[in-house]
Amino acid sequence: MEHYKMNLTLQVWRQRNQSDSGGFEVYKVTDVSSEMSFLEMFDVLNERLIGEGKDPIAFDHDCREGICGMCSMNINGKPHGPWPGTTTCQLHMRAFKDGDTIVVEPWRAKAFPVIKDLIVDRTAFDRIIQAGGFISVNTGNAVDANAIPIEKDKADSSFAAAACIGCGACVAACKNSSALLFVSAKISHLALLPQGNPERKLRVSSMIAQMDKEGFGACTATGACEAVCPKDISISNIARLNAKYIRVGLTADN
Amino acid sequence: MLNSKIPPGDLNDKWYDYKGHVKLVNPANKRNLEVIVVGTGLAGASAAAALGELGYKIKSFCFQDSPRRAHSIAAQGGINAAKNYQNDGDSVFRLFYDTVKGGDYRSREANVHRLAEVSANIIDQCVAQGVPFAREYGGLLSNRSFGGTQVQRTFYAAGQTGQQLLIGAYQALERQVSLGNVKMYTRHEMLDLVIVDGKARGIVTRNLINGQLERHFGHAVLLCSGGYGNVFYLSTNAMGSNVTAIWKAHKRGAYFGNPCFTQIHPTCIPVTGDHQSKLTLMSESLRNDGRIWVPKTKDDTRKPNEIPAEDRDYYLERRYPAFGNLVPRDVASRAAKERCDAGFGVGSSKQAVYLDYASAIERYGEIECNKHGIASPSEEEIRIQGMAVVKEKYGNLFDMYEKITGENPYNVPMRIYPAVHYTMGGLWVDYELMTTVPGLYALGEANFSDHGANRLGASALMQGLADGYFVIPYTIGSYLADEIRTKPIPTSHPAFEEAEQRVSDRINQLKNINGSRTVESFHKRLGKIMWDKCGMARNEQGLTEAMEEIRQLKKEFWTDLRVPGGIMEMNPELDKANRVADFIELGELMCLDALMRRESCGGHFRDEMQTEDGEAKRDDDHFSYVAAWQFKSDGYWELHKEDLVFEVVHPTQRSYK
Repeated sequence: MEHYKMNLTLQVWRQRNQSDSGGFEVYKVTDVSSEMSFLEMFDVLNERLIGEGKDPIAFDHDCREGICGMCSMNINGKPHGPWPGTTTCQLHMRAFKDGDTIVVEPWRAKAFPVIKDLIVDRTAFDRIIQAGGFISVNTGNAVDANAIPIEKDKADSSFAAAACIGCGACVAACKNSSALLFVSAKISHLALLPQGNPERKLRVSSMIAQMDKEGFGACTATGACEAVCPKDISISNIARLNAKYIRVGLTADN
Repeated sequence: MLNSKIPPGDLNDKWYDYKGHVKLVNPANKRNLEVIVVGTGLAGASAAAALGELGYKIKSFCFQDSPRRAHSIAAQGGINAAKNYQNDGDSVFRLFYDTVKGGDYRSREANVHRLAEVSANIIDQCVAQGVPFAREYGGLLSNRSFGGTQVQRTFYAAGQTGQQLLIGAYQALERQVSLGNVKMYTRHEMLDLVIVDGKARGIVTRNLINGQLERHFGHAVLLCSGGYGNVFYLSTNAMGSNVTAIWKAHKRGAYFGNPCFTQIHPTCIPVTGDHQSKLTLMSESLRNDGRIWVPKTKDDTRKPNEIPAEDRDYYLERRYPAFGNLVPRDVASRAAKERCDAGFGVGSSKQAVYLDYASAIERYGEIECNKHGIASPSEEEIRIQGMAVVKEKYGNLFDMYEKITGENPYNVPMRIYPAVHYTMGGLWVDYELMTTVPGLYALGEANFSDHGANRLGASALMQGLADGYFVIPYTIGSYLADEIRTKPIPTSHPAFEEAEQRVSDRINQLKNINGSRTVESFHKRLGKIMWDKCGMARNEQGLTEAMEEIRQLKKEFWTDLRVPGGIMEMNPELDKANRVADFIELGELMCLDALMRRESCGGHFRDEMQTEDGEAKRDDDHFSYVAAWQFKSDGYWELHKEDLVFEVVHPTQRSYK
């Protein structure tokens, strides 16, 4: 792999706090190594800003391994940037070339208010999980783990849905700011397992009610969410959710 | 005098008898007892959920924006349990024995045995919660091997086991939030411990969104804040992982156990340059199928695929034929360092070795072709079939490697090098997980208890969940049963006021230094001192120098630090300054501990103490104890020793040959 250096122009959203109106600032960064991660480029810029007596750019990040779901930058209009199936923290600078201009914004959604600069409030996702994104089993109640065999295909599909990292890129990509990919991934994860079966009806109606209450928009099936999801969560989960949701309305025992 | 409160009786019966006799708190009283839980990783989330289910009033804190982000989420390979589903000779005793041996006989027998006993319950619980572990076609759970063991007892969910277990615990926690049993505080950082009449009674936190200091009361306080590997600056820990919660507790009286015991993980992606902010682990599970090697001759400039087998040194298989590529982490790391120091390293930095999947792809390919009845398959056919198998087992890890390095590990061997990964040391706790401060507990990586001087793979997840789901719900009753008459202490109490004042003074002090250098620059320098002199190999001279250098660094930090921004606002630089100030103090204690321990054991390797063939040389006559350090004053500590008594396992020179 050839490594190279580049000079870039960054246009970064700066906003002091939730009530500030905010705006773009332009920064020139030089001598950026293609081996750096995108966030390491921000680290270097921030070190420079502090040296110049300026306020560094606030952004969310933690594991930097693409799994915690904390990083959340909208890069050139695309949540998590140009690489498919990749979080912001795993994006590396060899995705760019010398002379590029890169526009960086926070997630934009009514349900994700900006806290500062590129940091948004995603606690709405936690509240959706609280509404029913779990299996009600107290500690110590479990039977032997191999007592209930689960078809490998179903277990694998459940795992694929459970791989969601709750970053919110799906919401940021959606023109309606719908959270349906996130919600449907959780519904699928639990509904595909026999353990999740008893609560399937209440779960889907409660989670959707909470989603609506948080101010997320409706799904119009554009597929933008699936296209940007760093964990390749499939839009077929939304179909599964819709089927379950309809069934709840049609069955009498609910 | 340290009292480890190990129950009497036969090792097999201790935990059973303890549970049968420990004091209980009735449900009506539980409703009036408040418990603070700091941290929402596997230990914290499982403890908060399990205690909430029991009816205690819980307050749960994390510095991230959601409890689901805690760094347990990044654990890749798996979780051990003595299920013996493979019928390959596993048992509670074997898991116990492997863990004590793997820890190089520096852990407490009774704790480790309890861990092995509850390991099977953890898997049951997680499956009931909907954790989608890997399964076989028959619908039953799949297992794989990890280092330091000769059985297959590791349960996994691709390379994302930590994520799936944490989501299970997180969902259990959020369920308790929705039921009103847990109140959740996200983006809150604990900055001090409050002690009233000698007992832990609360914490002071900073709201990281608006800078507000808050006081929180609890009848008991649980610290589940993880490890302190970030003292090395570069580690596989998350950027935010820090020592602050347990360090504050240490300064308020909790002893620190074995601070120098650090795990350096053998398979991480090597450093590329000065900009490097963290290191990424390649799961130990890769050593199940991958083979580790370096060229037999120095400065071999050929590409790895052009080097024939006879010119390769598979040094782990050569040195440790019985365990081969699956020796414990400390052994594998030192062996890599030895080859690189001797000049056989690969890559541009020469600080790397190859982890090669070519033979695994071939082996699996042949099996698959056989299975599908493909007669005399071509090499290409075998490769395609083999790659599909490897992709299913390790796909996400291979993808991650390619994203970071730009190289495709299906075609060329990965380059790997050891990196700081885990800290076995932590707050000293007794059998009940209580620290030396009454009412203050430490769970998971934050305590020192179960892994001795080296942790075996797939054991951290096991310990975190064991402590949270199955240990603390019992042991906390022993303390809280005597607290049912204690009314909530108002946070206007002088002890709360003083603690808040201390926090506020320190924040002002940090902010008002107005020097010229960034927090990051100090953290980097600290990391370099620690890695060079208190890392994979340590010696008296280096450690003595390191302590002096850290003291100097501390002076510079407190006179030349620059923290931009304000106090009453979101200010990540200020958060970091608070943490790095604590790391600097901790660094000195780690060096002091490493200097005191004139033996090599597990991850702690003293150059002066090695066998003729370069293996760690333990000194059981002088060092078979837990070092528990009491904070006296700035830069001064007193050493207390908890002698380790081995009733069942007989310490021997560890051998993986």
